[in-house]
Amino acid sequence: MRRLLKYLKPYTLLIILSVTLLFVQANADLALPDYLSRIVNNGIQQNGVENSLAVAVRQSEYDKLILFVPQEDLELVQGSYRLITPEDQEALNYLDEFPILKEEAIYLLQDLDQAQQDQLNLVLGKAFVTVSGIQQIVDDPSRAAMLGQGFGFDLSRIPAGMDIFQALGALPADTRAAISARMEETFASLGENMINQMAVGAVKTEYEALGMDAGKIQRDYILRIGGTMLLISLLGGAATIATGYLASRTAAGAARDIRADVFKKVESFSSAEFNKFSTASLITRSTNDVTQVQTVIFMFMRMVLFAPIIGVGGVIRAIDKSASMWWLIALAVLILLGLIIIVFFVAVPKFKLMQQLIDRLNLVTRENLSGMMVIRAFNKQDEELVRFDQANRDLTETGLFVARVMVTMMPLMMLIMNGLSLAIIWVGAHQVAESTMQVGDMMAFMQYAMQIVFAFLMMSMMFIFLPRAAVSGDRIADVLETEVEIRDPQDPKSFPATFRGQIEFNDVSFRYPDAEDDVIQNVSFTAQPGQTTAFIGSTGCGKSTVINLIPRFYDISEGSITLDGIDIRDVKQSDLRDKIGYVPQKGTLFSGTIQSNLLYADPDAAPEVLQEAAEIAQAVEFISAREEGFEADISQGGTNVSGGQKQRLAIARAIVKKPPIYIFDDSFSALDFKTDSALRRELKKKTGDSTVLIVTQRVATVKNADQIIVLDQGRVVGQGTHQELMKTCQTYQEIASSQLSKEELA
Amino acid sequence: MSEDKRTAPQTRGPMGPMRGPMRGPSPGQGHGPMSMMKGEKARDFRGTMAKLLDYLGAYRLGILLVMVFAIASTVFTIIGPKILGQATTKLFEGVLALISGTGSGIDFSYIGRIILITIGLYLTSAIFSFIQGWIMSGISIDITYRFRKDISQKINRMPFKYFDNTSQGEVLSRITNDVDTVNQTLNQSLSQIITSVVSVVGVLVMMLTISWKMTLVALTIIPLSMGIVILIVRQSQKYFAQQQEYLGHINGHVEEMFGGHLVMKAFNGEAESVAKFNGLNDTLYSSAWKSQFLSGLMMPVMRFVGNLGYVGISILGGYLAIQKVITVGDIQAFIQYVNSFTQPITQIANISNILQQTAAAAERVFEFLEEEEEIPEVEEPVIPDEIKGHVEFKNVRFGYDAEQMVIKDFSADVLPGQKIALVGPTGAGKTTMVKLLMRFYDVNEGAILVDGKNIKDYRREDLRCMFGMVLQDTWLYNDTIMENIRYGRPGASDDEVIQAAKAAHVDHFVRTLPESYGMVLNEEASNISQGQKQLMTIARAIVLDPNMLILDEATSSVDTRTELLIQNAMDNLMQNRTSFIIAHRLSTIRNADWILVMNEGDIVEQGKHDDLLKKGGFYADLYNSQFDVVGAE
Repeated sequence: MRRLLKYLKPYTLLIILSVTLLFVQANADLALPDYLSRIVNNGIQQNGVENSLAVAVRQSEYDKLILFVPQEDLELVQGSYRLITPEDQEALNYLDEFPILKEEAIYLLQDLDQAQQDQLNLVLGKAFVTVSGIQQIVDDPSRAAMLGQGFGFDLSRIPAGMDIFQALGALPADTRAAISARMEETFASLGENMINQMAVGAVKTEYEALGMDAGKIQRDYILRIGGTMLLISLLGGAATIATGYLASRTAAGAARDIRADVFKKVESFSSAEFNKFSTASLITRSTNDVTQVQTVIFMFMRMVLFAPIIGVGGVIRAIDKSASMWWLIALAVLILLGLIIIVFFVAVPKFKLMQQLIDRLNLVTRENLSGMMVIRAFNKQDEELVRFDQANRDLTETGLFVARVMVTMMPLMMLIMNGLSLAIIWVGAHQVAESTMQVGDMMAFMQYAMQIVFAFLMMSMMFIFLPRAAVSGDRIADVLETEVEIRDPQDPKSFPATFRGQIEFNDVSFRYPDAEDDVIQNVSFTAQPGQTTAFIGSTGCGKSTVINLIPRFYDISEGSITLDGIDIRDVKQSDLRDKIGYVPQKGTLFSGTIQSNLLYADPDAAPEVLQEAAEIAQAVEFISAREEGFEADISQGGTNVSGGQKQRLAIARAIVKKPPIYIFDDSFSALDFKTDSALRRELKKKTGDSTVLIVTQRVATVKNADQIIVLDQGRVVGQGTHQELMKTCQTYQEIASSQLSKEELA
Repeated sequence: MSEDKRTAPQTRGPMGPMRGPMRGPSPGQGHGPMSMMKGEKARDFRGTMAKLLDYLGAYRLGILLVMVFAIASTVFTIIGPKILGQATTKLFEGVLALISGTGSGIDFSYIGRIILITIGLYLTSAIFSFIQGWIMSGISIDITYRFRKDISQKINRMPFKYFDNTSQGEVLSRITNDVDTVNQTLNQSLSQIITSVVSVVGVLVMMLTISWKMTLVALTIIPLSMGIVILIVRQSQKYFAQQQEYLGHINGHVEEMFGGHLVMKAFNGEAESVAKFNGLNDTLYSSAWKSQFLSGLMMPVMRFVGNLGYVGISILGGYLAIQKVITVGDIQAFIQYVNSFTQPITQIANISNILQQTAAAAERVFEFLEEEEEIPEVEEPVIPDEIKGHVEFKNVRFGYDAEQMVIKDFSADVLPGQKIALVGPTGAGKTTMVKLLMRFYDVNEGAILVDGKNIKDYRREDLRCMFGMVLQDTWLYNDTIMENIRYGRPGASDDEVIQAAKAAHVDHFVRTLPESYGMVLNEEASNISQGQKQLMTIARAIVLDPNMLILDEATSSVDTRTELLIQNAMDNLMQNRTSFIIAHRLSTIRNADWILVMNEGDIVEQGKHDDLLKKGGFYADLYNSQFDVVGAE
């Protein structure tokens, strides 16, 4: 995959943007449980009162609180609250919210920055708890002894009827400080969390005293948080959709660029590179493999990048909620990872095996289908059934094993997740009891835990998935990084204006790259314009190779090939090929119509030219047999015409080009002898001045050539006319005698 | 059912490939679990389903068990959150009491008890789910096995006619892809229908026991999410179809251009080809990203809708909790229920899709299994004892389809031990005659007699036993060369095999191979030329030592020099055996006892080589054309 990274470069901005959006999405996802916990903690448990920062306090209560504010914080408290008396002009503004203002002056909380709020919260919290504690004793003296311990002196000693706060206020400052010091110890044992929760109760009571609508406070709080949650999930949703948009554009865009480059590269390949990869493999590489890469890029941007973000974010938030329960998550993740690793090692080899078994089953089936005639002729149906059954059974057994591994894993994973929730509740409950955590936080923690676990699962799945996709990437990169061997020269020469078409081979040798032996060796001959030069020899003798060197499908290893005296490596490939009418062995056609195929040689050819070419190629008969004539469809690969018809159309195509050089690579093999000879007769008339090169296995085809070159194992073993060769060349004699009877050989 | 199902679908995406290991990479992959991309429909949904149920009948008990365990497992999971909620509530109450200073704090023994109960529930549920999956995977894999077996048996009983019109790929696709689809979707739909329905009903009941108001809020999500799902699916299906279409165009162009690379090069078509490709590629891009975007949209949008429900429940739950209508634990449980509500609903929405897929795939499998079979054997077949090899064709008429007769009126009497050559241009019906003789096809009219008995009165096996066949299309299978040559007569000794190979002049070649006769031929047998393969099939026929011989272009790929060399072996093989030879190369058939010249399904001439040549008719024409020389006129 790394080798394809450069294709992501144009999309860098989109990727950065989408990572940013992933952060937004992750944060949105992670924020929601936090807000739920606030609803539970503050909204329900604390009736919508968040902390001890009371928005307003009665003057009487304020005076009591002040008693328990340490000297150093006094200024902060006094600066934070502003007195409003019933007589004040602005009192009217606040009357609705605080009905008590009619009778009593109140202190209103001023705007504060976060640091001040935090400090004030703690200070006021302690004051509220102390005051409400004392109040409880006053209300219910029987509890005095219990609560009094915390205050460091026996409140019951205060004379009856005397206001306890007055009494306390009357105490010298240093006595009060001593009391406060004792209180600090108690507070320390309670923890901030508990102080806050207890203070919130007192604040609530104060609100009631102010005449505020407690229900409304709670409702407002829940709605406010709920509204925020809604906004957050909207934001998260929008971010997700935007990421999806960016990811799909990036993935599809990069795939498009890669596909275009691969295709262009392959089109520039010479036969050497083509053979190195094989056609089928090149097709897969430029289609399926690219699609695979596209999927990976998309998944990568959507999930692989997301998993660590939400995982780390989840860990941070979870630890924030409860630093001491992280081990539960770690444990669950460890167990799950262990499970996945086990499954990975148990199942992955089986997956591979399964693919082999499927291939095996397909192979047996294909053999059964393709060999049906032989199988039935030999009465081997039963044996084939046994063979199939064996393959089927093997596949079934492995398939069952794999399915059951999954069947075992799924409930186990569920169990681990559920177990994690239960463990969190159990451990969390104890922490709640110790006041180190609130219930809502525990609920949020549970959700964070799940998010973290899923992030880990996602990542581990990616580790299984990505290597498979990387193979596709490498296969593509292999194509892209292949150097094309046959290139145009730096300063191309051009052919003379009056091109004759004389081909000369000077001591030409050729071997395939990495091959040990030459395919053809020291071949020399001259093919003259207006003459037919034929190549004959048994299969594998190199005769096709020889003529495929002329259009530079391969480059020769030694020697030189010249056209009208110019080395073919010194001209542009397109100039060279413009001179050549090439007819391949298999009669390759392209989808379209008969006409479009003929026009492939020359887009500007007139209809008469096409007609004439078809006549020469003996194709008129079957073309006119079709209703649409030249407009008749040719399906992909020319599957709707017979082999012989394909060859004739391919020949007609070359004729349309009217080239000075014709190359026929065993192009008559699918024609019966009658058509073959008629075609060659017509061709001879029309090709007149052209240089004609023919490769064939049929002696009859070469018999009248001006020059016959006999090849055996890549070497020229005979050169001359039929008559000459019958006298001088043993190989030619053998070939001829195997095909012709004695009379005809004469 | 886990604590947070909202995130659950995320992991199912990457797990997809693991669940479907039978498939190769397909463009549909990675679209997430909720992409309902295949809109394929069965023609006869009901009929196919009835057949499928019939097929499933054998597993009645197993499926019943699967259902019971699936229901039980789902029910147990569903109860979980509600009970667990009680623990949270108790905890919450304990905390409140602690704060207000009343009560004795948190009741840990109660919470502990609840947690133990829940563990029990989850454990039972997991075990049940495991049992359910265990049984179900067994059933579905067994069905797969049976389907495949039935198909493979069916192949052997089908007439050749079927395969004239059906490509190998199609049959292969039925045996692998379709069977696999049935397996997967059956597995999925069977357990999903049960669990989803039970989940939805169960969750609904549990939600109602908590609060009908909150349930109402939760239920409003359903039409919303359903609407969105349908909307997105409709859009994304459109683009997906487009994408597939353009992908098809691209693949077509790629295949074509790579396949015709040399021609493209020779005619300087590179620039044109690349330009066409770029045009196609750009069109593909515009539908590809839309398709991917839209199909990827489903999950986040569903998540968002889920989150809306989450928020709604949080607000309403908080409100109700203040009123003391519900408890905090209820909220917690409810949120879990809502989260586990959307998934089964999407599944149910998807089930009809899955069932359609099942039906479409199953239909193709059943269609194949119900195809017409070969005409059954006669009830009292002729048992051949001593085969003389007298073959008689009487006014045979035959066509691959009823309208078009390939063989119009073919009559010939072949005496025992004669060497008969069938000659004629392509499409004359030579190979067809052989197929009729072997009863790969049955004649439409007339009759073929072997030793005076109609071949229809023999058992096919007995008839085919009489003939040894060597075809142009060499067929060797994935086994050692030794076994391939021995194929016709399993009892043949290694020595006999080697003797046959020597006679067919392939022994030397085999010995140059890496493992000699022990070399396993792979499918393409790429290192063995077509000619060598033909020689091996000739050796195979020699080992078989049949009563009669059919050589259909048996040496077409052997070069002419080698052919001369094995001529001896062939002559020996044909000695005193009735033999039928078809060849393009007329040199091969010059010394036949009798030549039947065929054209357009009829015998136009017959006689010996020299006589036919002298006659100067069709045969002479055909024969001379191979020596016809350009410019000879």
